[in-house]
Amino acid sequence: MSWVTKTLKSTLGRKLIMALTGLFLILFLTGHVSGNLLLFKNDGGEAFNIYAKFMTTNPAVKVLSYLTYISVIAHVIYSIILSRHNKAARPVGYAESKAATNSAWASRNMGILGTIILIFIVVHMQSFWAQMHWGDLPVKTYAGEEYKDLYSIVNFAFQNIFMVIGYVVAMAFLAFHLSHGFASAFQTLGLNHKKYSPAIKAVGQLYCIVVPVLFAAMPLYIYFTS
Amino acid sequence: MKLTLKIWRQKNASDKGGFATYPVDHVSKDMSFLEMLDVLNEELTEKGEDPVHFDHDCREGICGMCSLYINGKPHGPQQTTTCQLHMRSFNDGDTVVIEPWRAKAFPVVKDLVVDRAAFDRIIQAGGYVNVNTGGVPDANEIPIPKTIADLAMDAAQCIGCGACVAACKNASAMLFTSAKVSQLALLPQGQVERKTRAEKMVAQMDAEGFGACTNTGACEAECPKGISITNIARMNREYFSAVVSSENV
Repeated sequence: MSWVTKTLKSTLGRKLIMALTGLFLILFLTGHVSGNLLLFKNDGGEAFNIYAKFMTTNPAVKVLSYLTYISVIAHVIYSIILSRHNKAARPVGYAESKAATNSAWASRNMGILGTIILIFIVVHMQSFWAQMHWGDLPVKTYAGEEYKDLYSIVNFAFQNIFMVIGYVVAMAFLAFHLSHGFASAFQTLGLNHKKYSPAIKAVGQLYCIVVPVLFAAMPLYIYFTS
Repeated sequence: MKLTLKIWRQKNASDKGGFATYPVDHVSKDMSFLEMLDVLNEELTEKGEDPVHFDHDCREGICGMCSLYINGKPHGPQQTTTCQLHMRSFNDGDTVVIEPWRAKAFPVVKDLVVDRAAFDRIIQAGGYVNVNTGGVPDANEIPIPKTIADLAMDAAQCIGCGACVAACKNASAMLFTSAKVSQLALLPQGQVERKTRAEKMVAQMDAEGFGACTNTGACEAECPKGISITNIARMNREYFSAVVSSENV
């Protein structure tokens, strides 16, 4: 299997891992934002709590969640490996550089954007994911069944203006990360074709706005309505 | 017109190097950038100073020899080779910063001259057809659709100047390597060694210490020959399909 390790150690192999994990995380984001739209339902969090229980107990979702954890970790590790490799490829930099004239800012700063998003993910998981799994949550009963009241935790967290601002700003960084990452992943996979690439780019530009805006709307909605 | 030149001077590969400032007068707008440097070098030689070393050869924009990172861009403000850049692209009183290509794989030899032999070694790794092709064949002896021939010719326009590496934030040689992989992968003559070629050229590109691709598109934007990053996508396809299906374990 030496050819497998050799391939995964090549720059193209490492980029392949970045692209595949990145695309999987885009799928995850799509699911995550769709489910969380239940926060906009005015039912005191019933639908959201039932959904949260399903997401933490369903075996198929469990498999997907482990794939998501692996994707996040691999995406981070390989980005560090690639960034170090790329830095080493230019030990002496330019005194004057007009990179802004030939490439987009987001495309040149994926590492910085990704680092900020990673910090956000850690804080975010500590606030909600860890609470749902191990926290001492209040319990609500719907139709005779008990559910952890994650909604109350979310509702409480977004009474804090600094939490709300932090989330909105983090989503702006996510938008920039996706503005390059979405189409870039397809290019790395070799999927560049004059029939499909314009559509991929258009979907990427739409996706990088719609998904972060929906996410950012959640804390804002809770803050201003409760 | 009058210009102030800030030029990178470095005695040899091990010298630390630094910028030197040279005021130049009587620069004509019709001079090419290299002719402007020729004038400076004449003055330096007359004064008994060491002239500024820079690479150049054909001065027709086809050899890929002239390099120079001018005012923050490879080959300066125009998307062309430095020899085809003219002083009309600058204004009287401008300060012009001239640096060598910066990449670990392109070590500075002296002043603005860098060693681009890493590109040659990538070609040596597989950028050729390993069979005796005889004399020049008759036209259309091997049928190749016009669209494919055009794509191969577009890739073959690469002159190996290294602007892609110089422009890339990662000093990646993906655009160069992908053009060289593509020009042969597209043609019937390149089919026999197609898989091995992709594997070996990518391996050599990595061994030379070039960076990875972030798909910023800076290379394509700065390439004087307009090589498209669709070639990079093609190289990725070639490489991934080669590693899973070639006989090289």
